[in-house]
Amino acid sequence: MPFISNTDAERRRMLAEIGMKAEELFADIPAAVRDPAMDVPAGLSEQEVRGQISKLAARNASNLLSFLGGGYYDHFSPAAVDAVLSRSEFYTAYTPYQPEISQGTLQAIYEYQSAVCRLTEMEAANASMYDGGTALYEAGMMAARITGRRQLLVDDSVSPIYRAMLRTHLEHHEVELVETASREGLPDRTRIAESLSDETAAVLVQNPNFFGRLDDFSGLARMAHERGALLVISCYPVSLGLAKTPGAMGADIACGEGQSLGLPLSFGGPYLGFMATRMDHVRKMPGRLVGRTVDAEGRQGFVLTIQAREQHIRREKAVSNICSNESLCALGALVYLSLLGKEGLREVAHLCADKAAYARERLGRIRGVKEGFPGRPVFNEFVIRLPADAEKVAGALLEKGIAAGIPLGRWYPDLKDSLLVAVTEKRTREEIDRLAAAMEDVL
Amino acid sequence: MKLIYEKSVAGRRGYRPPAPDVETKAEIPAGLLRDRPAAMPEVSELDVVRHFTALAQRNFGVDTGFYPLGSCTMKYNPKMAEAAARTPGLEDLHPMLVHLAQGEALVQGALEILYETDRWLQEICGMAAFTTQPLAGAHGELAGVLMMAAYHAARGNDRRTILIPDSAHGTNPASATLAGYRVTTIPSDASGATDPAAVAAALGKGDVAGIMLTCPDTLGLFHPEVQDICRMVHEADAVAYCDGANLNAILGRCRPGDLGFDILHVNLHKTFATPHGGGGPGAGPVGVSLRLVDFLPVPRIGRRTDGTFFLDSGRPKSIGQVAPFFGNFGVIVRAYAYLRMLGREGLRRVSENAVLNANYIREKLKGYYDLPFDRRCMHECIFSASRQAKRGVRAIDIAKALIDRGFHPPTIYFPLVVKEALMIEPTETESKETLDAFIEAMMEIAQLAETNPEAVTSCPKMTPVGRLDETRAARRPDLACLG
Repeated sequence: MPFISNTDAERRRMLAEIGMKAEELFADIPAAVRDPAMDVPAGLSEQEVRGQISKLAARNASNLLSFLGGGYYDHFSPAAVDAVLSRSEFYTAYTPYQPEISQGTLQAIYEYQSAVCRLTEMEAANASMYDGGTALYEAGMMAARITGRRQLLVDDSVSPIYRAMLRTHLEHHEVELVETASREGLPDRTRIAESLSDETAAVLVQNPNFFGRLDDFSGLARMAHERGALLVISCYPVSLGLAKTPGAMGADIACGEGQSLGLPLSFGGPYLGFMATRMDHVRKMPGRLVGRTVDAEGRQGFVLTIQAREQHIRREKAVSNICSNESLCALGALVYLSLLGKEGLREVAHLCADKAAYARERLGRIRGVKEGFPGRPVFNEFVIRLPADAEKVAGALLEKGIAAGIPLGRWYPDLKDSLLVAVTEKRTREEIDRLAAAMEDVL
Repeated sequence: MKLIYEKSVAGRRGYRPPAPDVETKAEIPAGLLRDRPAAMPEVSELDVVRHFTALAQRNFGVDTGFYPLGSCTMKYNPKMAEAAARTPGLEDLHPMLVHLAQGEALVQGALEILYETDRWLQEICGMAAFTTQPLAGAHGELAGVLMMAAYHAARGNDRRTILIPDSAHGTNPASATLAGYRVTTIPSDASGATDPAAVAAALGKGDVAGIMLTCPDTLGLFHPEVQDICRMVHEADAVAYCDGANLNAILGRCRPGDLGFDILHVNLHKTFATPHGGGGPGAGPVGVSLRLVDFLPVPRIGRRTDGTFFLDSGRPKSIGQVAPFFGNFGVIVRAYAYLRMLGREGLRRVSENAVLNANYIREKLKGYYDLPFDRRCMHECIFSASRQAKRGVRAIDIAKALIDRGFHPPTIYFPLVVKEALMIEPTETESKETLDAFIEAMMEIAQLAETNPEAVTSCPKMTPVGRLDETRAARRPDLACLG
């Protein structure tokens, strides 16, 4: 066993030194259930395991030309991101409960919190949530705590995956979820105004939304605030390289999925939920918070703070049950944002938007293909309507090695002819042309 | 040390984007754009790498040294698992592929890893089925309690209360509350165990949906009557939940399912050697007994007779989905690789060494620190610094003195039922020399507490910062450096 240091001889010596017999170690376990049979294969060497995993990996279609998005994007991640994440002082550490030997993690979280605030133009961010979906759920619960109200309005232009997660998490809770139907791919202001009541804790929207459309929720913020409700905006952080921020729109809570910030797609996780709010609401926010302070000699240092919100102190009265979060992913996002810097982030966002505009125009020229929401501004993802069932068209394109986009019929029954196409800075003009040619071919 | 933002120099770059290859410009109205660029630092790649290397050097990980943080199972994380998670075909696999019509066929290798991990966890834990969706231990607890609620709803039971021992992790009561339950705290008896009589009395009130126990418990002890408690719970048509944070102690030695538990969450980042990442990501798969299988999250992964894998979402009693896809896949791949290397015998080696190492420390230090429950322990031992506290040396001071001696401190002040608790979990991977060095340091600190308490309470002295002003941090929160 390569991961256990002690030899049989050492084990015998240790037992002798403490006057125990090996069979006493597990004597507290009732004999009837002790030493069960388990159908687990025998152990293998590292070489064998690595070989087996490579074989399994080869059975996945990760070499497709991909235009998949839907909240999870194939952006380029500079090598320095993984180089930092591979420092074992970061990845083999636990939660920084002992600040004197955890200043690395703590300062990095503080810088990450600062990055999220700068990106969203909010005042305070937490150390991370699990993913974009759980972050939206926690944001809704936080809004309920702040307002003392029990209803959340979520628009159906918010990711259907997030909405499914919201339904599961809230099923047995007194906080009720009401879904509002979007119109023309945007939240319907009239419908939301009608649905808002004195019981509404928050309106939950997304920018760019699941259809890729960009919006300005400033009016919605005013509308919610007039009724004493909060506005929660879930957003795509790379889009904030150019898009109007939740802070500027008057959001009370900004949250979202941070995977796009240099983290691998990794078949669904680990990802990064981020959350930010205004200083007034910090004591109602879930998750760990790192604060800057000083030691007795006045040296700057960082600690976990305002912990009286958390489960290890407050137990059933805690604002959330979260303990482990996505700390290492938050570090990755911070390194990514630091490398890109002020200009790089803006440039990547514009590259994505410009390439998407090109793809939208190019695909729109195909006979029978129509824009889902003609002429409406998007970031890097857009809907096209096809002259046939989108699942079938996507299937035919898969056979040509292209994942052309996400068919929307699964979640929006009246959009069975619609495909959601995403373009990142990694896609070249040649690849977009290849998609267009292949689509012309199959239609 | 300066913040990365304070190292910013106008015009400096750490990244060069690819040259634009389209002439098209996105037409986005000004009203949808941000007013000014996000104030990210302007630094070179070297600035970034030096900055984060310097931060790494101000951190302590398992690779740095002994990390006996009780309840957290800080064992060595084999490097091959890191390499496995970065395998091309896994690391770059887009999860949305499963939402294409032929999606399952595109991800067979990934589904096999999930399916096999699930199956091995069933065997190791004695549960009928698992879900890998929950994204951390506490998220697994919430998923488990939601299944408990769905079980009672399906049977028409109106139950509002969950029983939780006073020694439980704080996440247990917090998770129960999030699922809409009231919590009744069950006191520990004089031996530190959950009192079966107290459980029986609480069950008698008829409102109990279930109980959440930790096995072995947070005192590092195997509850002698855990099977009886599960039996009583079942007789009341309630559900027995096992917090599996301490599974490392019993790997291959006994199975929570065989003890009578209906729901169990497993912390892959503790037991199955996936690194903690400075606080995450973790993964919290949840196993259930037969009577709860219908309530597991969807999609479930099935295997056809021809050996191919499929996704099954058509399960009407399911609680729905708790994660965007299949859980923290990258973490699960690491656990899969680790399990594959351990195999049957390796699992038993883990528990044997974990329990031996803990008993070795307990026995060697019991003359120096109070042992509130002086009996054989499982994977961790709990001392109390109350003897030292009389000399003005508290658990936190002992922790700081250990830091100066090159060790990560044990967990302190948990479980709450022990005064001045020092919770030591050495794990199986540590050698006798390491344990001896730690024991010696603990003995020296105990001695100093008698002869020169000030030498302990003034620690740490060897770290880049001393004890930090936490009151100031909480009262005047400085949570971000805004641009």
